[in-house]
Amino acid sequence: MSKIQQINRRDFVKLFGLASSGIVLGCNISSDKKGFIPQTEGAFIPNLFVQIQKDGKIILLASRSEMGQGIRTSLASAIADELEADWNYITVKQAVGDAKYGNQNTDGSRSVRTLLLPMRKMGATVKAMLLSAAAKKWEVATTVCKAENHYVINTNNNDKIFFGDLVDEASKVPVPAEETIQLKKVKDFKYIGKTLKSIDLKDFTHGTATYGIDIRIPNMKFAAIARCPVTFGTVKKFTKNKAVKVAGVAGVFELPRLIPPTGKFFGMLGGIAVVADNTWAAFQGKKVLDIEWNYGDNYSFDTEKFKEKLTKRIAKKGKLVPGGSGNVNTAFKNSKNIVEATYHVPFLLHAPMEVPNATAWFQGDTIEVWAPVQDPQTARAEIAHFFDVKLENVIVNVTFLGGGFGRKSKSDFVIEAVAISKKINAPVQVVWTREDDVQHSFYHATSAQYLKGSIDENGKVTGWLQRVGFPSIVSSFKPLSDYASGFELGMGFTNTPYKITNFRLESVKAEANLRIGWMRSVVNIQSGFGNNCFIDELAFSAQKDPVEMHLDLIGKDQIAKGKSKHPYNSKRMKDVLKNTARKAGWGKKMPKNHGLGVANHYSFYSYVATIVEVSVKNERLKIENIWTTIDCGLALNKDNIINQLEGAAIFGMSIALYGKISVKEGAVAQHNFYDYRMTRMKDAPNIHVDIIDKMHEAPTGVGEPGVPVMAPAICNAIFNATGKRVRSLPISDLGLV
Amino acid sequence: MEKSLSINGKSYTVKVQEEMPLLWAIRDVVGLTGTKFGCGVSQCGACSVLVDGLLTKSCVIPVSFAFGKEIFTIEGTSDNLEFLRKAWNDGNVPQCGYCQSGQLIAATSLLDSIEKPTDEDIETAMSGNICRCGTYTRIRKAIHKAVALKNESR
Repeated sequence: MSKIQQINRRDFVKLFGLASSGIVLGCNISSDKKGFIPQTEGAFIPNLFVQIQKDGKIILLASRSEMGQGIRTSLASAIADELEADWNYITVKQAVGDAKYGNQNTDGSRSVRTLLLPMRKMGATVKAMLLSAAAKKWEVATTVCKAENHYVINTNNNDKIFFGDLVDEASKVPVPAEETIQLKKVKDFKYIGKTLKSIDLKDFTHGTATYGIDIRIPNMKFAAIARCPVTFGTVKKFTKNKAVKVAGVAGVFELPRLIPPTGKFFGMLGGIAVVADNTWAAFQGKKVLDIEWNYGDNYSFDTEKFKEKLTKRIAKKGKLVPGGSGNVNTAFKNSKNIVEATYHVPFLLHAPMEVPNATAWFQGDTIEVWAPVQDPQTARAEIAHFFDVKLENVIVNVTFLGGGFGRKSKSDFVIEAVAISKKINAPVQVVWTREDDVQHSFYHATSAQYLKGSIDENGKVTGWLQRVGFPSIVSSFKPLSDYASGFELGMGFTNTPYKITNFRLESVKAEANLRIGWMRSVVNIQSGFGNNCFIDELAFSAQKDPVEMHLDLIGKDQIAKGKSKHPYNSKRMKDVLKNTARKAGWGKKMPKNHGLGVANHYSFYSYVATIVEVSVKNERLKIENIWTTIDCGLALNKDNIINQLEGAAIFGMSIALYGKISVKEGAVAQHNFYDYRMTRMKDAPNIHVDIIDKMHEAPTGVGEPGVPVMAPAICNAIFNATGKRVRSLPISDLGLV
Repeated sequence: MEKSLSINGKSYTVKVQEEMPLLWAIRDVVGLTGTKFGCGVSQCGACSVLVDGLLTKSCVIPVSFAFGKEIFTIEGTSDNLEFLRKAWNDGNVPQCGYCQSGQLIAATSLLDSIEKPTDEDIETAMSGNICRCGTYTRIRKAIHKAVALKNESR
């Protein structure tokens, strides 16, 4: 945060869409440019806003998208704490997409990590101004004033003034310099590190939260799009006779594909658009379209064949990834005990409960959209690019997201809505069917890994060779990117917590024949799976306890050197593991057919360990219990973190048990929740989450780090229960679920 | 064709195709958007409503089925729904919130038929509703809590 300034009234009214009086503060926060997707162009002069009204109500602007991770509550609580505000007076408004709010790209589990300090400083700045205002009113020194629960108190005589009654005075106070701002001590926190329930609970339980799909604008139309079953196929010819006869259908036309420029944006697939008076008519019209497609090159894509191809490639030497150590060949030669294994994870889908959708209104030189987007600034820039309007004339309103998981970082569905609105000259809502979502996503890439390890006579791992291949996310921005990129390998392959003297990582070619995206915890899904399953195999081969094997590999207490704000600390990794083992009763005698499996993973700068208890009876798998421990540094909103970890466990279960997108003749074979299955209530185990509190450390990621441990812990537990290794996901392929 | 739909005790005159699924009549024609679209094939329960008290996946039931019947949606209120809302609140259940309309309606239906459901009852009644955020354990606890709140209020 470099500068806090008062916002002029016109700007403010524009931002909040209301004309009430109050203090309004903008605050420049440090930019956060380290995303792994291309950043929008333009200056990073971010502003975030606080408003205090005369009735004491405080309105805070949320710059990040709410998709279930509780960010609206978390960020607001940090401001409110430093401000000494009464939580009951707080409301949160969602910011539109605009670079002045800083990076709004809501992914990478980084909102709290990057915004906690700026938010606290903002709250503290406002508090300082209120204290000055009260001091002036009382004609006392500011130092005798303190703020408490929405009042400023004169400590000399215990007089007090309500925040709302200080608005006029405080508005005249100059914004104090940042270096004079005092932050609270950890022991004085009122909200930070405690539990605040979601500020949106009432709307969530009354059906009044507005998601993208709930936007209604007078005279709007609804649209569905038929897209080619094969990625990037095009329309050869189509007949609309049947579709236009469907009651309520207003128009049928071709929507050409929009190809994004290299390095940024997502474009849209194109296809045939059906515009109608209601969503159902659009869906019906789409169903009866007769379309002949040019399938194009991806027609030959088949996931079974691709799996074989990748498996062959990882059997041979690949491209060396920098960062290895020692010499694995020597280690293998000198070790009596060699373990080899190959692991596979299929293509995976986010499937947020709210399908991709967007509402757009093209009005010539201005375009307004309402959409459930994780990255409103990219959507905005992309609209400006494709529809040739000035960026400032594009308004991207961010609705609630009915789940995101990375899918809604990609703005293709927004571009579709704008393209249709432009064509029909009216506001329109594009709604994807669930089948559209399953078959035309930006998928989590399938992967294959080969691992070879050596163990010496003391049970110590002496060598580790890992070869990995998966289509790269970069392929969605730069065609022909056939190898995993550095940032992808940095998610659990090149930054493992393990200290192995002889370590070698190789990458093999993997072409992309689907649109590749990122999904909750991203590459950590496959790295966490391979690493943890293999360590379990090494432990078994060495006749060592798996938890002991993990602890050995993590090694002695050590804090990584370098400039990272969140240097890796091996002790914290060991501590989450030990805590989980203790809570799960690791080592206890298990009932017949029951087994425990362990996994740990370091991702998004957070430390997570999980133990899963399964039972396998009559060839049926049941997940009985899950124990997870996270160390995410300062734990901002405790119960929200627990909820995230519980959710991550269920999300990880869905991946492990059911997750599989397969492709035949270029087309995705799954359709809906009946063949792309989800964990349901009947499968949901008891989930026990522990947070190791580090109130004096910086906060790290929460939304994603609970996912990567789940699949390996489940598979290791199956081995413990049955003696059978699951090396290829999903488990449903084995008929156990 | 103009017909009348009774939703949460209020009558709405609608002009709809008889075969239009009830979900879209509620959302796009009547304009009550609390009931959600999730799959369109009765797989996820986001569209759950009660029709004459019966739990119904509105995405696959034609609107004509509901003519002359009483439809209950998340915008409505009932004793059981209010106890559930309170319990959902106490348990900080929702994450993204999108499926929770359907979850609450399914849970209302459960409490309407079973006064004190067991875990097994809950699993049976609630397994038609997907929560991608994974709030199942909280939903399970909240249903038990709603029963407790109801008993306390007596």
